[in-house]
This record gives sequence, C-alpha cells and structure tokens, in this order.
Amino acid sequence: MKIGVVVSEGPYTHQAADSAYNFVRAALAAGHEVPRVFFYHDGVNVSTRLSVPPQDERNIQENWTALAAEHGTDLVVCIAAAQRRGLLDANEAKRQGKDADNIAEGFRISGLGQLIEMAIQTDRLVMFGD
Amino acid sequence: MSEDVKKFLYVNRKAPYGTIYALEALEVVLIGAAFDQDVSLAFLDDGVFQLTSGQDTAAIGVKNFSPTFRALGDYEVTRLYVERESLEERGLSAEDLQEITYEDEDDDWAEKPSIRVVSREEMAAIMAEQDVILSF
Amino acid sequence: MSTLHTVNKSPFETRTLESCLAHCRPGDAVLMIEDGVYGALSGTALSDRVAAKAGAVKLYVLTPDIAARGLPEDRMIAGVTGVDYRGFVDLVAEHDRTQAWL
Repeated sequence: MKIGVVVSEGPYTHQAADSAYNFVRAALAAGHEVPRVFFYHDGVNVSTRLSVPPQDERNIQENWTALAAEHGTDLVVCIAAAQRRGLLDANEAKRQGKDADNIAEGFRISGLGQLIEMAIQTDRLVMFGD
Repeated sequence: MSEDVKKFLYVNRKAPYGTIYALEALEVVLIGAAFDQDVSLAFLDDGVFQLTSGQDTAAIGVKNFSPTFRALGDYEVTRLYVERESLEERGLSAEDLQEITYEDEDDDWAEKPSIRVVSREEMAAIMAEQDVILSF
Repeated sequence: MSTLHTVNKSPFETRTLESCLAHCRPGDAVLMIEDGVYGALSGTALSDRVAAKAGAVKLYVLTPDIAARGLPEDRMIAGVTGVDYRGFVDLVAEHDRTQAWL
C-alpha cells in the first residue's frame, strides 16, 4: 500500500517529527511504500542542515536524510512555509538575494501542489502535527 | 465519479491569528483547487471562529485573511460545512459569520450561500465519506 | 468503510479527544499517541467517558508513548488495546482513511 505522510510541526519542541519518522520506518519495514513525506507549517524546520543537537540526542534532520537515502523517499518542504521561516535552498537563496542556504541533503523545496498530488496518488494519508 | 477524482475534506479546528494554521490551511485550499478534486471545507470546534464577520487585524500588525474565504467560490470551492454545536457552544450563530457565496453554474449562475450549517452528526457523516482528510 | 482517528493531545489540556469521540462512527478506531496517551488512563476524571465509547469504537494506545511516559500498561482503561508502531501502520492500512485530530 502507498502511504503519504505529512509533518506539520517543528522538531525538538514537539514530538510530531519523531512520531512520523518512527511511523515511516515501521511502514517501510512492513513492506508498504512511502513515496513522499511533505513538511508543512513549522515542520519545514526539520530540513535545516544547520541544527546541532547535543551528541547524546538523536539528530532529527540526519535521521530523515538517511531514510531518504536508503529508501528513496521524496522529502518535500513547502516553499511558502519555508520562505516565511528562513529555509532556503541554493536556488531560492540566489533568487531572493540572500547570502546563505540551509536545506539539508535529501530534502527538496517545492510547492503545495506536491502535497495535493501525494494525497491523490497514495492510498492513505497520515498527518503528524500539533 | 472518475477514479482520479478524490473527495478532499479540509478540517479546520483552530481559531485564526493566535496560530498560523488557519492561514496556511487556506493556502493549501487555494493551491489544491487547481487539481480538480471534489473539495469541501469543515469548520468545527475553534475553527468556527475563522469565519466571523468584522475581523480587523490592523492593530495587531497581521494580515487579515478572512476576505479570502469570500473568493473561494471563484476557485469552485463551494461547500463550507460549519458545525452547529460548535457555534452554539461558543455563543455564536450563523448570523455572526461573514456571508460567503458562489455562483452555481448548473443553475444559471444563481448566487448561493457556500456556508452550510450542519449538526455534529451530519459533520461526522460528511467526514466518513471522504477519501482524504487534511487537518489544520 | 471506517476511519482511524489519531489523537495526540492530553484530554486534561484540550478537548480534542472529546471532539474526536463525538465524531466517531460505529466501526471506527481511535489511536491515542504522544500526549494523547493520557486519555487512556484509568482512574481519571475522564476515564468513564472514554470507557463508555469502547465497544462501538475500538480504542488503541501507542505503547512506545506510554512506556516513554512511565505509564504501566495495566493502568490503561479496560478495552483499550496497546499497539506498537507496526500496529499503528496496520491500523492505517485496515481503515479506509486516517483523520488526525491535531
């Protein structure tokens, strides 16, 4: 079965990004497909490559990046929500005249249409947020 | 119904301005309208506060997005279900909500109300017939 | 046709669980996750209201979240079933749709 997942709350403050990660790992282990995870609202903050959590804590961004590398899951960060919150890829940084970009490997910035498309193309949609 | 048309319900349960969920939900609805799906919106619990008339955000320095609801008809989003019990619990009635209409192309473009006040039981039945439920 | 509802808020802080239960239909399932697991505790001011729904609606609690919070499984309301993440996935697959009560 194809399962689409939405993460709509930021990392560390709220458990949503961890719950979603554990859920996706379990879904993949059970033989389901998770073609895409869509990050919205403060969930876009998961995608920053500049977070440096203490060494004895999980690194939420690195967990997701590794998952995408292993399974080819498309990690999509909503562009409108990301720009509000200071998350830019290299192209957007250049276009907006900003001097830095911060999207981690495995994530890509795209539009809300990717969320709707995911909902159309998957059999189930599961949302994690606040 | 064509197989590639799904029934989408956007469930709004949060009040506006205190958090961004209501505004960003509306942004999804506007983008989603381009996909020609069967779209409805649900307003229950504190979500009913999103639709009050007379919102004025000038003094808090935040964009007033409530007029956008009145544009939904142009995007062929014509069903806004509002839960009666949620209104009543909050001391509101349909008269406290802004007027939102659409032009019905199947009825000589007659102007019709988009807001449909439904009971909690009816709301549960509406939720149960969806393919996709997006929660905000 | 049935729905899996997920609730992630403590019922002592928000009315999310109450609203969810009021919109459930017979055959639906409710899975309590994150701080939502406090809604599955027995002996609270809300236990009777939650327990009254068990039967018509199947109640589940995510065991990794109750373990994390130091809640023994035997403190859960009778009729609430514990599931792990694999069980969560199975519930998603078994029901026609998932509705998150965020």
